[in-house]
Amino acid sequence: MNKKLTIALLGVALVAPLAIYPVFLMKILCFALFACAFNLLLGFAGLLSFGHAVFLGTGGYITGHLMLNYSVTPEIGIIAGVICAGLIGFVYGKLAVRREGIYFAMITLALAQLAFFFYLQAPFTGGEDGLQGVPRGNLFGVIDLEDNMTMYYFVLAIFSAGFWLIHRCVHSPFGQILKAIRENEPRAISLGYKVEQYKLLAFVLSASLAGLAGSTKALVFQLASLTDVHWFMSGEVVLMTLLGGMGTIWGPVIGATTVVGMQNMLASGPLANYIHVVMGVVFVICVLAFRNGIVGELQKLVKKNF
Amino acid sequence: MKVMQKTLLATAMAATMAITGSANAAGLSDDKVKIGVLVDMGGVYADICGQGCVEAVKMAVEDFGGSVLGKPIEVVSADTQLKPDIGSAIARQWIEQEQVDVINGAVASSVTGAVTKVASDAKKITLIAASASHAFTTKACTPYNAHWTYDVVSLANGTVKPIVQSGKKKWFFVTADYAFGHALESVATGVIKENGGEVVGGVKAPLGTTDFSSYMLQAQASGADVIALANAGTDMVNSLKTAAEFGVTETADVAGLLVFTPNAQALDPNVAGGMKLTTGFYWDMDDETRAWSKRYMARMDNKIPAMPHAGAYSSTMHYLKAVQAAGTDDSDAVMAKMKETPVEDFFSRNGYLRADGRMVHDMLQVRIKKADERANGDDIFAIEQVIKGDDAFLPLSKGGCEFAMAKN
Amino acid sequence: MATFLGINLFALSGQLLIGLINGSFYALLALGLAIIFGLLKIINFSQGALYMLGAFGAYLGLNHLGLSYWWALLLVPLAIAAIGILMERTLIRPIANEDHLYSLLLTFGIALILQGLFTHWFGSSGLPYAIPEELKGGTKLPFMYLPNYRAWIIVFSLVVCAGTWYLIEKTKLGAYLRAGTENPQLMQAFGINVPLIVTLTYGFGVGLAGVAGVLAAPVYSVSPEMGSNILIVVFAIVVIGGMGSIGGAILTGLAMGVVEGLTKYFYPEASNTVIFLVMVLVILTRPAGLFGKPA
Repeated sequence: MNKKLTIALLGVALVAPLAIYPVFLMKILCFALFACAFNLLLGFAGLLSFGHAVFLGTGGYITGHLMLNYSVTPEIGIIAGVICAGLIGFVYGKLAVRREGIYFAMITLALAQLAFFFYLQAPFTGGEDGLQGVPRGNLFGVIDLEDNMTMYYFVLAIFSAGFWLIHRCVHSPFGQILKAIRENEPRAISLGYKVEQYKLLAFVLSASLAGLAGSTKALVFQLASLTDVHWFMSGEVVLMTLLGGMGTIWGPVIGATTVVGMQNMLASGPLANYIHVVMGVVFVICVLAFRNGIVGELQKLVKKNF
Repeated sequence: MKVMQKTLLATAMAATMAITGSANAAGLSDDKVKIGVLVDMGGVYADICGQGCVEAVKMAVEDFGGSVLGKPIEVVSADTQLKPDIGSAIARQWIEQEQVDVINGAVASSVTGAVTKVASDAKKITLIAASASHAFTTKACTPYNAHWTYDVVSLANGTVKPIVQSGKKKWFFVTADYAFGHALESVATGVIKENGGEVVGGVKAPLGTTDFSSYMLQAQASGADVIALANAGTDMVNSLKTAAEFGVTETADVAGLLVFTPNAQALDPNVAGGMKLTTGFYWDMDDETRAWSKRYMARMDNKIPAMPHAGAYSSTMHYLKAVQAAGTDDSDAVMAKMKETPVEDFFSRNGYLRADGRMVHDMLQVRIKKADERANGDDIFAIEQVIKGDDAFLPLSKGGCEFAMAKN
Repeated sequence: MATFLGINLFALSGQLLIGLINGSFYALLALGLAIIFGLLKIINFSQGALYMLGAFGAYLGLNHLGLSYWWALLLVPLAIAAIGILMERTLIRPIANEDHLYSLLLTFGIALILQGLFTHWFGSSGLPYAIPEELKGGTKLPFMYLPNYRAWIIVFSLVVCAGTWYLIEKTKLGAYLRAGTENPQLMQAFGINVPLIVTLTYGFGVGLAGVAGVLAAPVYSVSPEMGSNILIVVFAIVVIGGMGSIGGAILTGLAMGVVEGLTKYFYPEASNTVIFLVMVLVILTRPAGLFGKPA
């Protein structure tokens, strides 16, 4: 990764809340982290999970529940959310990695539907109402997160940590093996790699990071709801990743920013009546015109011309 | 008259609040009064409180003269997509970032719950025009909620009580399996038991169930006199259609607990004709309602208004009058004014805003007209009786709204 | 009343029959998806939206062109097929050789567009459509009242399903079709116009969604959301049956209707979820589906 670019972007992120509404920025960061976690699986391990919303939602529900009922500190709430998402990721991953291609996608979708049913029926999630009024609490018991600015820097720190972790993974030997499996699985097996174990590890990692995004999101919006476990959310993260460019480090971030920004603009603009239509058009154009995503196409352009 | 006493007390309390409220606030917080309308633009409730609610609020602002206390009134609107997280995020941004003073619309109880939480934390008023849950004026009440049009209690009282009293004692519930359906069922069950009826069975159908025939067979087998539909929108339409198709309507009555006018229009008159239901407003009630509805229809492709549209207008008007009278847009002062002034317009008859935020007004029990009774496609209800507000809504004393009860 | 283990057998037979009726609906929709996937390897996520379009077609035909139900049943599927063919030629053809994922996303986008436009034009409350005069009324069976229209649904969809299965699996035309999609170069060499076959197959699969839409109009509310509610269930059925297995889709459709019907009797809250439970179990034990051939 280009060091100068990273430092410049971090600088921008540090001053951004002075110009832009911080809650909106936090939303982008949460979804960007979610999309990056998803991309770790799709872009680098070649596994399309169609039920990733479960991990986002699980993180949110666990954190929300703990913050509401046991008044734990936010870092404990988040860690618990991440662990639960990781555990469910382990069970789901164990079942799913035995299948490939479209069947992998379908089994993750089906498992996600079962989880959705559980969260709909379980009393602790508040059903359709969700968990409302989740307190942000005091970080480490001392730093009050009620203030949007403080919260923003906390979220930025979480995002950076998650992003760094993904970056490290991708460039580690582990990441190289994942790519090898993606490119040619039989060859990886013949080289003696236990392919299923690597896939499972990637799945758990991705699920935990998605849980981290969900836990953080629940704190930002002080709400955990069924939206985050619905299969539409699983579809949305595919769109974000694809739009930004799957298999690129920055693609999911750009994709999430574009999608969240677009939804924000559409919700109150003159096109509010056409929100589904516009999203649909973006899907179609994205698939027809630039399948490599924004970052992917840019990289191609750079390669061609310089 | 216990209820009366409570009302008087509440009014007195509100008056006291008004004095203290207006003493420490004067003028507008900024150079305008901004109304944010939260609606569903493209989802299942788009016809119930979508563009129509936005237009209704705009009409109220225009009728008020476009300015209050010499400052302009601005209307912004946004689509919640029926998701609590999106709704609360928009509300937060409006309040923190765009100086929105009051929120109107608020469709789907799950979204409204999240929105009122954000708004009341920031001491901003929510005028709830379209949600059903009675939680907003009972266990989840806040001094900044004004629940305007109807709620599950008034629907159950209006529809269920007369049927039980007419001798149909055995009930079966087809309930939408989410918070709203559960609330409607439990409130209606209370009304049934109070009046000597019994519940002989029920099913909880997932939201968006396509085929209700299985449930109708179960209802039929239960031997119930009445099948209560504790669901809304397309679910309600589908279940009623199926009931008629399977001949269930010949042996039992079907009572739709929440039927909006667009849903009633979506039903074949031969199927739905004769069904009784409760509504907070009907466009063709008298000259006043017709006059307003004509103006509304002229702006909305000739679609007749449903009760949330009328409620959105009425609540906006009442709010703006209160701002004018209080001389400020400070929420506490305005709310006090709103609670001390009776609400009397084309929508609200004998209405007043109670201490807990419930706008108590007369409700209508109506019957869906059969095909041969209808003059045209918009002629759908015949009004059977007017239910006095205090009989329709849950009394303050039974609601359990802590801040309002503490004052009494 | 006859009971077995405390279960009312009369009530149970009623639920079974209703399950079968719903199952025949699922079979019709799943069949269309299975044809498009099995022969063309396109995952058509817009099948639900086209089903919705079929129901709206019946409504618009009646109210604007005076088309009776029976004419609608004949003409609307043709119109839907024409729309499908147009979609295939302009949008899907360019990505025919890409990963499955892209056709899924593309058709999902198309579904969003159609649903959004219809919500904008017709509102979300649904529109009324009456049962045709000839099929009103019903028959009193010992265990339930069977509306004539429901009996018609089951008979008509089974005939269409069986006919389609026969056409694809047993006739010469079907053989060309299967060969043309399995080995396009070879068939092209034999002088068969493969792209034309692909387009027609797509049109046929989509047309089936149109048939289901018209069938649904009198019993379900004609609304823009009707397709998205049913799509994901039908998709699960295709996977359970074995992606690409024509007979598998039909049989699984019927079976899942029955399974769902029984769930509605014993545990209604889970009736939308039970199919996914079956799907998990099937993928884990028989990865290629109940009727699919292992790759």
